Amino acid sequence: MVDLKKLAYRMRRQIIDMAVSAGGGHIAPALSAVEILISLYFRVLRINPEDPQWPERDRFILSKGHGCCALYAVLAERGFLHRDALKTFCQDGHAMGGHPEYGKIPGVETSTGSLGHGLSIAIGISLAAKNDGNTCRSFVLLGDGECNEGSVWEAAMSASQFQLDNLVAIVDYNKLLATGFIKDVMALEPFAMKWKSFGWEVREVNGHDINEVSRTLNEVPFAEKRPSVVIAHTVKGKGVSYMENNPVWHYRLPNKEELLQAYKELNEGLQSLT
Amino acid sequence: MRNAFIKAVYEQAGKDNRVYMLNADIGVFVFDDFKRDFPKRYINLGVAEANMIGVAAGLVLSGKVPFVYTIAPFVTMRCLEQIRVDVCLQNLNVKIVGVGAGLAYGVLGPTHHAIEDIAIMRALPNITVISPGDPWEAYEATKASVRHEGPVYIRLAKSGEPSLVEHRHNAFQIGKGVTLREGKDATLIATGCMVKNALCVAQKLFCEGINLRVINMHTIKPIDHDIILESARDTGAIFTMEEHSVIGGLGSAVAEVLAEESTEKVQFLRIGFKDTFCEVVGSREYLLAKHGLDVPSVSKMVANSLRGSPVQ
Repeated sequence: MVDLKKLAYRMRRQIIDMAVSAGGGHIAPALSAVEILISLYFRVLRINPEDPQWPERDRFILSKGHGCCALYAVLAERGFLHRDALKTFCQDGHAMGGHPEYGKIPGVETSTGSLGHGLSIAIGISLAAKNDGNTCRSFVLLGDGECNEGSVWEAAMSASQFQLDNLVAIVDYNKLLATGFIKDVMALEPFAMKWKSFGWEVREVNGHDINEVSRTLNEVPFAEKRPSVVIAHTVKGKGVSYMENNPVWHYRLPNKEELLQAYKELNEGLQSLT
Repeated sequence: MRNAFIKAVYEQAGKDNRVYMLNADIGVFVFDDFKRDFPKRYINLGVAEANMIGVAAGLVLSGKVPFVYTIAPFVTMRCLEQIRVDVCLQNLNVKIVGVGAGLAYGVLGPTHHAIEDIAIMRALPNITVISPGDPWEAYEATKASVRHEGPVYIRLAKSGEPSLVEHRHNAFQIGKGVTLREGKDATLIATGCMVKNALCVAQKLFCEGINLRVINMHTIKPIDHDIILESARDTGAIFTMEEHSVIGGLGSAVAEVLAEESTEKVQFLRIGFKDTFCEVVGSREYLLAKHGLDVPSVSKMVANSLRGSPVQ
């Protein structure tokens, strides 16, 4: 059995190393999603790394494509990719870019990177599954900033219209945009009420508690004939003190000193578990 | 053309259970047969084009062949980025169908006109762009698009377009222009509803002693290089004619081929909307005449150009 709490520290280290060695990529938006992805890939999704195209598999779409370092890391940990593949992140001539692309990386179900696209695509997959009698489910991870996009709400409206209880949205609600706190730039609150009024069944969780996230996601659908949404309260930059809750780190890379500090904090966290 | 398209989609859906019809709230009765016989495969997304394109992409990822349908400017420009990322970047099998090519929705005004759609769609990698010339061709293009793997944009007029009996003996083939009339003095290459007008121009000028070749270029992308270069060689003069802006449409596609590949000195003129919206309201016929795109205006333009006189 993989120790998932330890895995979270390992993945955070991988995410930072990928971005630093590539000289680019979004660290903080990946760090907030680590426990959500671990919960999905180790406790929730019905998937088979040996057969990534298995027709009955659950689909996962990272609609906040800029968090892809976390996705690549979890795909490697789950056996979809070789760990060495992570070294090709953002390297010339390779497939693993700063936003994930369909058909190039096993386990990536659709290309994302422009925000507000993933939920609609998941609706198409869920509609096809219903018509085909396929029991697979679609899970979509949205950013909170992404929920500023009008297309998210077009999609939200149609998912409840079509009674897609095989569709699950998760929002990585880290409260930060690239330029500031979301409440100051373009507020989402009352956020749960918004989803509810669009016909979704809503749960709120601590997005860094693997047990709580997994337990909640394993209860879907929360209501028959309704789509489910989990608002996961998270911390942007989670695990590295100086990155946490600081908008500057949306797309910034640590310098040498900051990198050592990050390693130190992650190591100390890991040690504290044993 | 719309009814021909709907008939073709209905027939294709009967033969191929991958075919879905997605609609963004237009055509209140026109899909009744489809809805009755294939209820699960008819999805009305409401007035939400961006979502419609994304949903279509998701259906393709599950093996379906969805048509997405609404008024041309809305199904291309409103949701352009969804078409670019969800459909074209992933090279997915979505068939985008816009009704109301050019000024087909005449009196409804510039919001409902589509005179930039070809230029915009043509710039996207992986997509095929088809502009049928009459109902028969709309029917054939729809069928062909199901057989074709990859994104397709079909640009339809609305209703009441005359049939072009001239081309019935040619099997429809994506990417292959059709010579409808032979001629030696110049070539008129037209697309969509302008094909009929091009034939009228050729007939009119024939009576004035000018013998025009007429080509129906139903596929704008990939453009038929051979037929353009052959016409340049044979006639030495090429005019393009489209119910679209002269920027980026058929005229530009033909110009690109001539500029880069023709070894002949060719006289060339694009006929279409000159970088403008329609500034007054009016029927399609009225507005075409106003913009110099009716048969008498084009005939005069072509004749003057060939005689070396100012075209306007």
